[in-house]
Formats: sequence, structure tokens, C-alpha cells
Amino acid sequence: MSAVFEQIFQVGFLAAIIRIATPLAFATLGEMFSERAGVLNLGIEGIMLLSAMAGFTAASLSGSLWLGVLVAVLVGALMGALHALFTVALGLSQHVCGIGVTLFCSGLAYFLYRLIFGQQSVPPSIGGFKPVPIPLLADIPILGPAVFNQFTLVYLAIIAVPLAAFVLYRTPWGLSVRMVGENPRAADSAGVSVIATRFQAVILGGALMGLAGAFLTMAQFNAFTFGVVSGRGWVAIALVVFGRWDPWRSAGAALLFAFVDALQLRMQASGLGHIPYEAFLMLPFIFTIVAMAIMSRNAVAPSALLKPFRREER
Amino acid sequence: MSASLIEMRGITKSFGAVKANEGVDLSVAPGEILGLLGENGAGKTTLMNVLFGAYAPDAGEILVEGRPVAIHNSADALAAGIGMVHQHFHLAPRLTVLENLLIGIAGKSGRIDRARGLARLTEISRQYGLSLDPNLPVSALSVGEQQRLEIIKALFRGAKLLILDEPTAVLAPSEVDGLFAALRSMAAQGLGIIFISHKLNEVRALTHRCVVLRHGKVAGRVDHPAGTTSAEMATLMCGHEIVPPVKEASTPGASVLTLDGISTSGHAGTPLRDVSLFVRAGEILGIAGVSGNGQRALADVISGMLPPRSGTMTIAGKKVAQFSPRELQALGLGRIPEDRMTTGLVTNLPLVDSMVLPRIGTEAFSRKGLLNPAAIRAFAEAQIEAYDIRCPGPMVRAGALSGGNLQKALLARELAFDPKVLIVSQPTRGLDIGAARFIHEKFLAMRAKGCGIIVIGEDLEELLMLSDRIAVMYEGRIAGTLPSADATVARLGLMMTGAGHTGEAA
Ligand SMILES: Nc1ncnc2c1ncn2[C@@H]1O[C@H](COP(=O)(O)OP(=O)(O)OP(=O)(O)O)[C@@H](O)[C@H]1O
Ligand SMILES: [Mg+2]
Repeated sequence: MSAVFEQIFQVGFLAAIIRIATPLAFATLGEMFSERAGVLNLGIEGIMLLSAMAGFTAASLSGSLWLGVLVAVLVGALMGALHALFTVALGLSQHVCGIGVTLFCSGLAYFLYRLIFGQQSVPPSIGGFKPVPIPLLADIPILGPAVFNQFTLVYLAIIAVPLAAFVLYRTPWGLSVRMVGENPRAADSAGVSVIATRFQAVILGGALMGLAGAFLTMAQFNAFTFGVVSGRGWVAIALVVFGRWDPWRSAGAALLFAFVDALQLRMQASGLGHIPYEAFLMLPFIFTIVAMAIMSRNAVAPSALLKPFRREER
Repeated sequence: MSASLIEMRGITKSFGAVKANEGVDLSVAPGEILGLLGENGAGKTTLMNVLFGAYAPDAGEILVEGRPVAIHNSADALAAGIGMVHQHFHLAPRLTVLENLLIGIAGKSGRIDRARGLARLTEISRQYGLSLDPNLPVSALSVGEQQRLEIIKALFRGAKLLILDEPTAVLAPSEVDGLFAALRSMAAQGLGIIFISHKLNEVRALTHRCVVLRHGKVAGRVDHPAGTTSAEMATLMCGHEIVPPVKEASTPGASVLTLDGISTSGHAGTPLRDVSLFVRAGEILGIAGVSGNGQRALADVISGMLPPRSGTMTIAGKKVAQFSPRELQALGLGRIPEDRMTTGLVTNLPLVDSMVLPRIGTEAFSRKGLLNPAAIRAFAEAQIEAYDIRCPGPMVRAGALSGGNLQKALLARELAFDPKVLIVSQPTRGLDIGAARFIHEKFLAMRAKGCGIIVIGEDLEELLMLSDRIAVMYEGRIAGTLPSADATVARLGLMMTGAGHTGEAA
């Protein structure tokens, strides 16, 4: 048994957690910004897929990975704007429009991918991002190779968490976002444009979802497949609740999920072969459900979540 | 005309077929407190929302210090020096006082400027005697404090004109004095104030001048409110004289509702502690007290929403077993809740649904488990007619009705089935005197028919006028009960503070 344990908790384990957590952290922060402004974005799964595809395509056609990232972010932002157009400007149902955006983005991703790359037996791949060790820090035992010998996008995710907290809690714009998510009428009567603020938050959220997609196809898998997102978007929605709409807690939730996921991968690979691997695959999701059930009992969603704002209505 | 701070000329605003404002002219000078009066639905809030940029007028112009300004949204209004305290507060409960103040205010190098915000807050509290703890979440503030925050918010943004839409409707009588002192001090320092209220004695005490709206038009102006009687103002508002209802002497019958040693726990707000009281047929029992002394729990127990921890309740001789709203309704209880918007009506559904909601499963409205739409509609239409509920029809969204009309709808719904006992909270809060009078008359008519009524309220004059006996609640107990013939505002006021424990059940 201890041999199994050793195999699971080897040096690469921590690094794996960080890598698995990165796209989740981007996506969770993105969804959190949107929801803090009062807009549930169920388009997340599709937005991640389309951005992953667009970023991959741009990178493989141009040869520039960073151009790929840029395209993914722009596509994410654009789809965020599309969702905002329906739900914020037109005040349509956030559930219906979100699912619509996911279906639209997924369909578009499949279609464009087939159009550009055709049907190939082995999916084309690119040489993705390489880990960039940070001098000195990378030499710290255990922590060094795991945290400071990572892709640049991972560092970006690590910076994104405190940055998101700063923006949300310390800037006037962040205050406006929180206010339009709590009581849009209060924001409106204080001279803040509810529509503009919500648009901005949903677009920023979309851009972050785009980054998550970019990470999947350009750092993690270095190829695009139709299952590349495989529910990470839905998980992010759960993690936002789990993280109680707070950047730090949301990032913590992403790490915890990544821990369980990494654990289950190791357990699959280890000697516990008599258990069907599907059982392990379920683990992170069971974890999410249980954690949600416990945590969401006293989590309070932004009061105006799901509620469109129309000024002359009472 | 002296230099006016704000002038509105020929303001017209319609909502569909409803003309909420029609050619309204109005002006306020610096240092002046202007009263804005009118029946429910006369268009006061609409006019102020136009001034504050929340609604776009169909016609008319607004001048600030003599210059025409275009006000398209609240940001424009704030920039022009117009601040508004809405009828329903515009605050985010989970954010702090300071955050609610700083919303929409540009920061310093991209960050929220807390230091400057705090400095400004201290300055305002010194200047007008309004203070608040900046770090408390708004949800921890009392209603009076939330209102103070709204006023501070307007001053914080440099308002030269402050609009207050029915600020006293939510305040306890003692808090009103504090508000008036602050408003007088603001006016003395050159601010203009527009004050909306249905309480004419307040208007006469506070304002320098009044504008009266009726059906969206200016029906009259009063230049010396202090020298006018409330009756004259009421006539101007309603277009006809309002006569106070006559309370005929009556001999109460047997007790229809008895509470014996009721105590509660696990309830937001003050729990009840050993409350015993009774109401007889043909009698009105007033429950006075500063709000938050257990009135909520009392109303919830009687209406079956909060089962008590101990004690018994009997309605018309039958002991209440389950404490469910349905059981109590079956026993003959009618209920008009304090908050008509949340526990009274379903604001997003057609009015007709709310009118039949409590009895939706009864034979009157359904057959074999299916609704009977024709009967439901006929009922709603009959009540709209009988109670003069002003609305486009039974299918209108309930939330679109004005406060007075919502209250009439609730009353119509509860009285239609001849309850034996009626429990009402704050029955005329926010209603104009015409509507209030109408409701008082209905209560007295029910009393004459032998219904036992409990009226929970903060307006002592109203309680004195309606009740046969008045019980005072203090910290979850009945501090004493007086026959209303022996009660005075002063004596009740004393009992409400817990002092002067008087009287046994009379
Ligand atoms: N947002 C709205 N949509 C539709 N109709 C409205 C709206 N706001 C007001 N109205 C209608 O316009 C009329 C004037 O309403 P308003 O709220 O201005 O009255 P008020 O004088 O403030 O009444 P109250 O004393 O009850 O507050 C009413 O008939 C009301 O139903
Ligand atoms: Mg009003």
C-alpha cells in the first residue's frame, strides 16, 4: 500500500495540481466576475471550447503561440459580449441564452475546425508552450520545480487571483460591479451605468474564459479535440458557488478540485487496477457535488443574479 | 420670481395609456422646503423620477439655477446637484456604509479613495448632525439609519436639491423628529428640499409651500401650509371633502380570538414572551408599540406562519392545533400583512391571481382540482368594482399598481369571505387620506357586523380613532391594555418605552 502512496505523491504531483488548476482558475474567475455583476454565464463551456479552437488554429497557422492566446482571449471577449447583448441589453433569460451560447460556440468550433483541418485520423498538434523556470525561485526544493518551473500562463493565473481581488474590492469599477450585482437600482441612482458595467464584467469574464481555453490547447494538450474542455466550464460554475463569489476562495476551490483530479489520475495509473478507471474519473465530480452541498448552504449569491435591469419598471 | 434652484416646466409623462404627469410646473428656491402632495397614483413619484433622470419625460423642460439642463439619467441629475431618497431605498445590503457612499465616485489613481470618503463623511455628519458607522454592512442598519445613509449619499455627491419620497412612512414617530431637525438645518444652510408625504400635519409643520397633484396635473398650490387646515389640503388633493368616519358605540360579544401564554423562539426579530390577549366579536383591538418589539412575531403567530413554542390560541371557541395559514383561514381568519409586496401579493403575476391566492383551492375558485377561470375573473372584477381599485383591469401585473390600490386589493380579498377575525399590520402606511379613510370605514363596518379586528400599528392617532381597546407591546410582552377612552398619545407613548406599566386586561 505504501508503494502505491509513494507513487501517488511523487514530486510531480504538486506540479500536476498547479497545471490542472490553471484553466479552472481562469474560468472560475471569469464566471465570478460575470456573476458578481448579476449575470450567470452558462455559455462558459462553449466559450472555452471555441476559444481553445480559435487559439489553436491561430497558433498553428501563424506559428505564434502568443498570437494564439490573443485570438483566444478576443474570441472569449466577443462571445461574452454576445451573451451580454442578449441578457443585459435585451434582458432575456440568462439560463436560456447561456445554453444557447454554449450550443452556438460548440457547433461553430466543430464546424470551423472541420473546415480548416479536415478529417484527419491523427489530430494535428502544435509545439505548445514550454515551462519557463524562474531563476533562483525554481531552485527551492519541492516547491521550486512544482510552482516556479511552469508555463508563463500558469504564472499569469497565479497573478490573476490577487489582481482580481484587487480590482473587485479596491477599485471604483470593482465596487460598481459588486453594486450592480447586489442592487442595480442603487447603482443606477448613484449615476453608475448598470448596462455598461454589466457588459464590461461579462466581457472581462469571457476574456478570462478564453484564456482558460487557450491554456488547454496550447499548454496542456497542444492539440484540439472536441472533448478538450470536457465539462471544465460546468465545473467552474460550481466552483464559483463553492468559492462564494470571492476571487481567493474561488481560486482555492479550483486548487482543491485540481488536487482531487490529480489524485484520481495517479490512482488510475497506480496499482489499484482491479477498480474500473471510470470510478476514479468520477471522484472529482463527486467531490464537487459533496463540497457544493456543504458549502453552498450558507453561501449567498449576489442578490441581483439572474435579474435583468429595466429602468422604468417597478 | 425669485431665483429658483430648480424649475420644472410642462412635464408630461405617460406609461402606456396612463398619463402619470401632464403639464406639471414646479419650482424650488434655495433654502425652501416644498411639499408635494397628492392621492396615491397622482404622479408624485413619477414627477420626481423625471427630475432625477430615472424616467425620460415625454415633454417639458428642467431648469437648474435658471439654465435649461438635459437630464437623461441619474448621473446627469447628480451632476446638476439633484439628489433623491427613494420610497424604496436604493442600497446594497451586503456592502458597507462607506461602499454604498463611494459607489460611482471616481477613485484616486484607479483605487477607491477611502480616506477622502471618510473625511467627507465626518464633514457631513458635523454640518448636519447625521452620523453613521462607515464600516457596518447596510443590512445591520435600522430602517431609520438606512434612510439617513440615503440622505448622506445625496449630500455626499454635493446635492443642492434633496428629494425625499415619503420619508416618514417608514419611520417611528420619535425618528421623525430627528429627520425634521436635519431637514430644517439643511434648508437653513441653503439647500432646497422637496418633501412628499401623506401625513398632512407633518406637511403643515415642515414645509414652506406646497404643490398638490391630482390625476397627474397640478390641482392647486398652498403658499402658507402652516396657516391652512389639513381638511382644506385634503379637499384640494381629493377634489372633495373628506369626512372622518363615525365610530358607533357597540357592545362586544363573545371572544373570537384568544391567545393564552404564547411564547415563541427561532424567529427573526423579537420573540413573544408569555403573551395573552383576546378580541371579542364587534371589537377592534389596537396593538401599539415601537416597531421591533414583537409585533412581527405576534402577527405571524396569529396568521399561522410561526407556530409558538408554548401557549394556546383559540379562534371562535376552537383550539388551533396545527398553526398553518390554511387551518387558520378555515377557522375564519383574515390577514393583511405589513409588507404587501412580499407576503401580500405576487407582484410579478396578474392581479387576478393574487386576489384569489389564499383560497385558490376552495370550491369558489376550482372544481375537481382544476381552476375555474371564469369564476376567478368574475370575482376579481367584482372586487375591483366594489373597492374602486384603479387599474387597467384584472390581468395587469400586480406590481404595477400604486400602494393604495394594492392595499385595497388585499382588503377586498380578505373581506370578501366575511372573516370572524381580521389581523392587519400598518393598514394605511403609505396611503393617502382618502384611501386611508376608505379602509377605516371598512374596518368599522366589519366591526359593526361582528368581526373581531386586531390592528397593529405605529400611528397612535389612527389606533386611538379605530380601537375599542389598545394593548402596548414592549420587548415581546404586552406591557398593558387600556380602553381607548382612557388612552392618550402621551400615556401610550410612555408605555411604549417600557415605563409606566399600567392596567390589566381591560
Ligand atoms: N413604472 C411604471 N410603469 C407603469 N405605470 C406606472 C409606473 N410608475 C407609475 N405608474 C403609474 O403612474 C401613475 C402615477 O404613479 P406614481 O407612482 O407617480 O404615484 P404617486 O403619486 O407616487 O403615488 P403613491 O402616493 O402611491 O406613491 C399610477 O397610475 C401608476 O400606476
Ligand atoms: Mg409614490
